[in-house]
Amino acid sequence: MAFEIVGKRAVRKDAAAKVTGRAKYADDFFERDMLVGKVLRSPYAHAIVKSIDTGKAKALPGVEAVITHEDLPKLKYATAGHPWSLDPGHRDVADRYILTDKARYVGDGVAAVVAVDALTAEKALKLIEVEYEVLPFVLDPEKAMLPGAPVIHEERPDNILGATSEEIGNIEEDFKKADYIFEGVYETSIVQHCHLEIQSAYAYVDADGRIVIVSSTQIPHIARRIVGQALGVPWGQIRVIKPYIGGGFGNKQDVVVEPLAAAMSLAVNGRPVRFALTREECFVDTRTRHAMKLYLKTAVTKEGKLLSLHMKPICNNGAYASHGHTVALSAGGKFRLLYDFNSMKYEPKTVYTNLPSAGAMRAYGCPQIFYALESHIEDIAREMKIDPIEFRKQNLISVGKKDPHSDIVVRTFGLRECIEKGKQLIKWDEKLEKYKEQKGIKRRGLGMACFSYASGTYPHGFEIAGARVVMNQDGSVQLQVGATEIGQGSDTVLSQIAAEVLGLPYDMVHVVSQQDTDITPFDLGAYASRQTFVSGAAVKKAAEEAKRKVLEIAAWKTGLSIEEMDIKSARIVERKSGSEICTLEDIAMESYYDRLNAAPIEGNASANVRTNAMAYGVTFAEVEVDMETGRIEIIEIYNVHDSGVIINPLLAEGQVHGGVSMGLGYALSEQLLFDTNTGRPLNNNFLDYKLQTIMDTPDVGYAFVQIPDPEGSVGQKSLGENTTISTAPAVRNAVLNATGIAFNKIPMTPQTVFEKLKQNGLL
Amino acid sequence: MYDIVGIESPDTLEAAIEMLSNNPNLKIIAGGTDVLVQMRNGALEEIALLSLRNIPGMADIRIMDNGTISIGAMATFAEIFRSSIINEHLPVLSEAAVSVGGPQIRNMATIGGNICNGAVSADSATTLFAYNAELKLLSREGERTVPIEEFYAGPGKVNLQPAEILTAILIPETGYRKTSGCYIKHSTRKAMDIAMLGVSVVCKTAGGKFTDVRIALGVAAPVPIRCREAEAYAIGKETSSEIIREIGRYAVRASRARDSWRASKAYREHLIEVLVFRALKEAVIRDGGEDIG
Amino acid sequence: MDNYEKISMVVNGKNYSLEVDIRESLLEVLRNRLHFTGVKQGCSVGECGACTVLVEGLPVNSCIYLAVWANGKRITTIEGISKAGELSRVQQAFVDEGAVQCGFCTPGLVLTATALTQTGRKYTDEEIKREISGHLCRCTGYNKIFNAVKRVLNE
Repeated sequence: MAFEIVGKRAVRKDAAAKVTGRAKYADDFFERDMLVGKVLRSPYAHAIVKSIDTGKAKALPGVEAVITHEDLPKLKYATAGHPWSLDPGHRDVADRYILTDKARYVGDGVAAVVAVDALTAEKALKLIEVEYEVLPFVLDPEKAMLPGAPVIHEERPDNILGATSEEIGNIEEDFKKADYIFEGVYETSIVQHCHLEIQSAYAYVDADGRIVIVSSTQIPHIARRIVGQALGVPWGQIRVIKPYIGGGFGNKQDVVVEPLAAAMSLAVNGRPVRFALTREECFVDTRTRHAMKLYLKTAVTKEGKLLSLHMKPICNNGAYASHGHTVALSAGGKFRLLYDFNSMKYEPKTVYTNLPSAGAMRAYGCPQIFYALESHIEDIAREMKIDPIEFRKQNLISVGKKDPHSDIVVRTFGLRECIEKGKQLIKWDEKLEKYKEQKGIKRRGLGMACFSYASGTYPHGFEIAGARVVMNQDGSVQLQVGATEIGQGSDTVLSQIAAEVLGLPYDMVHVVSQQDTDITPFDLGAYASRQTFVSGAAVKKAAEEAKRKVLEIAAWKTGLSIEEMDIKSARIVERKSGSEICTLEDIAMESYYDRLNAAPIEGNASANVRTNAMAYGVTFAEVEVDMETGRIEIIEIYNVHDSGVIINPLLAEGQVHGGVSMGLGYALSEQLLFDTNTGRPLNNNFLDYKLQTIMDTPDVGYAFVQIPDPEGSVGQKSLGENTTISTAPAVRNAVLNATGIAFNKIPMTPQTVFEKLKQNGLL
Repeated sequence: MYDIVGIESPDTLEAAIEMLSNNPNLKIIAGGTDVLVQMRNGALEEIALLSLRNIPGMADIRIMDNGTISIGAMATFAEIFRSSIINEHLPVLSEAAVSVGGPQIRNMATIGGNICNGAVSADSATTLFAYNAELKLLSREGERTVPIEEFYAGPGKVNLQPAEILTAILIPETGYRKTSGCYIKHSTRKAMDIAMLGVSVVCKTAGGKFTDVRIALGVAAPVPIRCREAEAYAIGKETSSEIIREIGRYAVRASRARDSWRASKAYREHLIEVLVFRALKEAVIRDGGEDIG
Repeated sequence: MDNYEKISMVVNGKNYSLEVDIRESLLEVLRNRLHFTGVKQGCSVGECGACTVLVEGLPVNSCIYLAVWANGKRITTIEGISKAGELSRVQQAFVDEGAVQCGFCTPGLVLTATALTQTGRKYTDEEIKREISGHLCRCTGYNKIFNAVKRVLNE
């Protein structure tokens, strides 16, 4: 396929709005008479709320309302940003109230105040008297599963939110046949998204009595449904508006602030109330990435053929279900199409603990799974004295491979080329030779890791997207999409697809960036790296419909058939000769003003995408370890991706940079810490939570192996989340190469490196 | 919004002292990067502030006739880092100043505030310890000068008397003349971070031997400290790798590190040994010595 | 004590005289009172840099800068950077280099970069990184931000 606009380094549609400060985010809208909402949070990790006295708080001048669980409908709801399921067995776990009657982690919301300003609201919070019955608590999921552990939700007396077992082939037989069996245990920590814009929403009741919520969300249509469920209000009574949002990374694929914002407004007769979290609150009362402990056991033949894998992740879900077990389940479907195991058994358990809730975060369980898998594969190769890259290559799947559980078929597989490209970029062979037998204080090493990832959630999830193309009199179009721009660049790439299909210059596509559930076509939102793949299909369909309508008018005018014409650079041309018939503007004007046949051109499409495309990639890392201080420096790092056709290289590179940077934080510095004696967060702020700064981030190299996937509307596959999956294991394997020490827990902070060096007699 | 009940902004030191004397509850605010954050975190409530920002001349950096360098308490870290006097005579302080927070913080945060908040992690404090700095304090009773080492009373506590203002930091010529030095801040991140350990060394050498060594540590005890035993050991010794390693080991003895979630005692003690070695080795190189490996 | 104080300041070249609550930060006055919403709030404690504005040409975190301190000062926010509808060189570099993703850290970074261009100094790569290290960005991994700033400083 030759493209005109797809594949070009088009500048972002929203770049000018963002560099001039004109892009408006949820906090940037002001209403007259706006009030401020704040939440009283439990200081205990586990405690029954016996009574709440709000009298003094209500009496404070400037306080307009104080609400507790007693003032709200007793409706349990689920917060995960998934499409609703008509099948009750396929729904998310509804396990929470808007304000709780039992605190399940430090920070759980027990009451809320609406006041004239934040300071007054905060003072009022201090005047609320809560009587708690403090209960024993548990932070470790393995302890939470033991008999006698504190029960966090009555409905789940064993604290197990989800436990599943999926087997392909027969692992028992393959383990019998194995020449070698390897076991490993790998651990990851709790980390957070750290989008710069904190969750914020404001709500009011409009003149028609409907609840309007302006929110920083990735999923406006889903948020509307969940607010309806939480408040017991018909869904049509709610309108959610999503302006520009300052990053999400999955944390805003969850309904966190919207129901309470609406409840606050309802408590003050529909006056506008802003409910914005602070950064400290954001760390505990939004979502985190599941910490996992993964038990891996692998059967291998003496020739180095991977026979069987048994993987058992224990996932720390925290206090409320959120995305819950879906994260582990979904990740299971993604790693199975990388190595050609004879048999596999995947048995994840997701467990409630008295910690902030884990939910969706970029790559949804895969950074954990691939950290374990790619560390384990590395360990096996080293143990068997096989070159780790050759070991991987001889076990990779090939095109045509089908997952028997999901029926996903791999149609394009560029990973082998990715590996070759990565090896060249980092000068693998040359450096590996050079770094043998190091003795000094600073030691260098090389490592790599692969991953596989899907494009959207099908078939585990349901994938629907909507788009609308409205042609103006001058032939330019407005593109309305239900897909949400959250910084990843979807508005831009979807505009490129629309322009490509319609034969329009890129500048003639005006994308409507704001989603409004009253106006915007139905779409599930930004998650699962689905938008270029799924929403892209809807945009293509809508643009094709509009194009057909244009050509129908042209056919009527010229007597040519539709098939004989095309649109090129906003002109109607004869396909055969390439000669111009008329301008697109001529056609558009007829569509608006022809006295007989006027019907302005629109394309409206909903795409129910019942397919998927596996994307692949690899990270190559070179590190230098300070054997005295334990500090790990990244010398070089490269990501090479097989994501099908790259619609916009400029944006794709940005995704790689950001994903790798996030992955480096995951590998080296980031972890949310809690006091084990109290369950209180220790570092829920940007000073103590070590997000990488520019000084900590290396130049990130990249390359793309572009093989058009037949299922992508323009040959594309997923990319956004993929970029962060293989960073941590590649760095871990490089540190192993440099020091001979296997780090089976991340992050590898200087102190943990020091401790490992000491344990291993290297200090 | 901050929980402030009033703010005084005098434009002379005398007026400031007068206001403080009349209202001992006034909290002095300089750059604000610490006081405002404490206020937001609820550590300070319903506070009446006395801002020093409108007093002219309090940020001056100059060399006095007797060679003493005077740094106004209101000098920001950006001003210190860019000052030619500091870079020429107190390069280690410049190194420490640029390690504080990020550029915006350095444009606001003042050296006086950094000292008076008593933080053990204060990047400037360790280096001022190593330069034998003195603090000029003004009250109604007049002016007094105290060695910085005597100013620190405990974690977050300093010996600032009621109605007293730190006006300047003085570094006598003997503190800096013909010295070399180095500041190493060990933190997880390379910017926007607080020190897990701060090591500041200042030394003089002659004929391949140490004639003066001053080692100061931050976050190694409840307050910044000097490593007297290590310093005494070093005098007259060769600037060799073995000796400097030994000085590092001696330095650990002065410390009273503790376990915290930020770092363990064992790790901090290890870092003291390693980083004192590295800082002193670098100081010797900067003094024209060789890289002793 | 009266909780309000009258201040005069110049924001983006225009004079403003207003009564501010002494409890307000400059961030709050710029956003809530004057509606310069390009000034972003990301942490409220000076750790993220999203609220950066220029005070007398120097980048400061407006979240931990009291509004009363702005009396008599010249303030520049992102809204004051482009002139007559034309993007500034810094803004254009951010657009062209792909340095923008979610855009929340962008206004602060553009302001800090603008301040660097106004010094007339040359900066090494390390110095550029150091001078923009007071801005956290979660989207871009900083690579393209660095490219944009470097391009402008070398032009």
